[in-house]
Amino acid sequence: MVMVSSSNFLNLDLDKQKKIKLGLDLQGGSYLLLELDNEPVIKQKLQSKLLEIKSYFLKNKIKILSLKLDDKLIKLKVSKSDVEKIKEIFNDKESTINPYYFQFKSHQLDVNINDDIFTLELSKYGIIQIKNASLDQAIEIVRKRVDEVGTNEPNILKRGNDRILLELPGLDNPDRIKSLLGKTANLTFRLETKSSNESFGTEKLKLMETGENLLLSKRVIISGENLVDASPRMDTLNNQTVVSFTLDRVGSKRFAQATKRNIGTRLAIVLDGQIISAPVIRDIIAGGSGQISGGFTFQSATDLALLLRSGALPAPLNIIEERTVGPDLGQDSINAGILSLIIGFFLVIGFMTLKYRIFGIIANFTLIINLILLISILTLLEATLTLPGIAGIILTVGMAVDANVLIFERIKEETSKEKNNLIAFDNGYSKSKITILDANITTIIAAIILFIFGSGPVKGFSITLCVGILTTLFSVFFIARLLTSIYVKINKHKEIIIK
Amino acid sequence: MKKDYKFNQYYGSSNVFSIALILLSLMFLIFKGLNYGVDFKGGTLIEIRVESEKPNIEVLRSSFNKLDLGKISIKNFGSDNDFVVKFKRDELNDPEFIKNLQKKLSQELIQDFSFRRVENVGPKVSSELLKAGVTAICLSLMAMLIYIWIRFEWQFSVGAIAALFHDVIITLGIFSALSLEINLSIVAAVLTIVGYSMNDTVVIYDRVRENLKKYSDIKIFDLTNLSINETLSRTIITSSTTLLALVSIFLFGGEILKGFSLAMILGVILGTYSSIFIANPLLVFFKVSQKTVLKEDN
Repeated sequence: MVMVSSSNFLNLDLDKQKKIKLGLDLQGGSYLLLELDNEPVIKQKLQSKLLEIKSYFLKNKIKILSLKLDDKLIKLKVSKSDVEKIKEIFNDKESTINPYYFQFKSHQLDVNINDDIFTLELSKYGIIQIKNASLDQAIEIVRKRVDEVGTNEPNILKRGNDRILLELPGLDNPDRIKSLLGKTANLTFRLETKSSNESFGTEKLKLMETGENLLLSKRVIISGENLVDASPRMDTLNNQTVVSFTLDRVGSKRFAQATKRNIGTRLAIVLDGQIISAPVIRDIIAGGSGQISGGFTFQSATDLALLLRSGALPAPLNIIEERTVGPDLGQDSINAGILSLIIGFFLVIGFMTLKYRIFGIIANFTLIINLILLISILTLLEATLTLPGIAGIILTVGMAVDANVLIFERIKEETSKEKNNLIAFDNGYSKSKITILDANITTIIAAIILFIFGSGPVKGFSITLCVGILTTLFSVFFIARLLTSIYVKINKHKEIIIK
Repeated sequence: MKKDYKFNQYYGSSNVFSIALILLSLMFLIFKGLNYGVDFKGGTLIEIRVESEKPNIEVLRSSFNKLDLGKISIKNFGSDNDFVVKFKRDELNDPEFIKNLQKKLSQELIQDFSFRRVENVGPKVSSELLKAGVTAICLSLMAMLIYIWIRFEWQFSVGAIAALFHDVIITLGIFSALSLEINLSIVAAVLTIVGYSMNDTVVIYDRVRENLKKYSDIKIFDLTNLSINETLSRTIITSSTTLLALVSIFLFGGEILKGFSLAMILGVILGTYSSIFIANPLLVFFKVSQKTVLKEDN
């Protein structure tokens, strides 16, 4: 263990050796907390549930008097004679229309029956299921996007059921990642239409380049899911940057058909509700590949290609917390932390030597062992060292002598009553043990609570504080005790006075 | 060297002093409130370094004012070249915000500058952090109460918790009076104070209990005094070494740890004081006697 720790001090960065990880506040980097806006996902889920119920009832020949979505409630009206039968369908644990989650002992939908009207809403666990599924999907996409940017050892963690914690060490400018994560990247290819009574419905969207509004059919010809690859390219013909893409088999077929039937119509390429470009179809595009132009710079084309490759997020992500520390501030913090550690350490050591002489030196030696142990254990745990964490180490230095002081003072009292030095020393240790434990347990309780509720750098503080107390107890009861007992044995017959 | 200071003579006056301090702190906390940082209030914090000989804060302020950020606060942060700028922001979702800000600022400001630290905390997160912080402090107080209750009798438990409240309220009161910023690390400091103050009280209480069992003829008023004296060197030495370490953090640990170490320094001083002058008079008040501690053993 001493080996591990000394390598840390000397900063030998050998691959096989473990090293204390530096927190983002020390090495610089970005911490982002993202929240998934699940509202659209839930709405979509209810929409599809509505269709599901419709087709299920149709198949089972049950008549629906009315079926509609009212905000987040599905209202279903049936004939009175069917009520019992439908009730059974919804409450069946094998039900396909209202799945039962055995682990939660709950159905996906809560069913309320009022006469012949069924009101269905997503149950608590139904919502959790949806949120978890979309969060898992979002994490995958976030990972792909972050990996493509190529940052160094990103840390992507799930937080609750709608948040993602993203730690990007060494990244002092998270602007690019932020703008990449801020886009859902929902890509669709749709046709322009003249009449607003299309069977799929229509919507007006804005063409980004020119600002004109186009009326588009809601029918999706191909979407981002049909893309197998995308990359930025220089179009030598008219000297502009484009994004070229390759479609999968289904996508190419549909694309070819649509382009064949609609020559002369404008094909809109829609990304997150905005039209990037809307070229007029001049010929059949059959090869399963094409390109998007939209007045891109090389950077924006690269980013768009990256977004298209990594796929669409199930719902928009919002950045709800961001903390970025530049590398030079991190280095300044390390320097200040180490300087104050060294000064604090020598102040305490000097004080103890002056106060207790030989026993002070024993206490100081114990303190050094304690520090080495503390740093070794932090290394073995691969704990993250933060600036407050360094403060925790310094505080440990200050508080660690407490146990030794308690013992020394006790021994001092005992020697005034007891002639035999050995017995006096023994009594000193055993009588102060309970007090030391009591006193340290209170600090550990505080540190554990801090660990549970704290976040980021503060968590690092609670870890060093906790480990510091444990190593203090160990070093006092094993090392200091051993040293004092050796000293006492040598000086058995002399009068030992702790000053 | 036997110490025999008459601490118990000052129980009355110290309690008046403490109650006055607590009331004053509560007044500050109620009427002035705490100066929450972005962690708890939400908003944006930017630590900016200006590369010039003696940057003028007024120049910086007027440049920032031109950026239309609403109400901003600018303070010098540690060295002459570093400043912390704080402002509220409704829309946290503009990923280009910081980039644009940097661009606009470079048009306004002649000197070179760099953003050393950026923190954006949304309203939802800040209210959650505040809730977590308050919960953590309350829980730790409760955990201490339970621990002491298990280890000692209820009178001790009440005494120790009263001492804790004393330390926490006055520390926060001082932060309020001086308008010092309350952020996540201050919560960590307060929790550590809770641990430390408890630690200090427990050591003296342990001795009181031991002495109660040993001497049936000494009244609690004198017995607490004896116990305080017996543990006095330890109290002084531990407080001194802890303060030495904390002062070192305060002076050399950099600007970020200033508030954190200041809160702890206050806490250690108050904790040491309260473990003598709050925790012990309460035992006297509750008329703790040998019977109180012997009951438990049977």
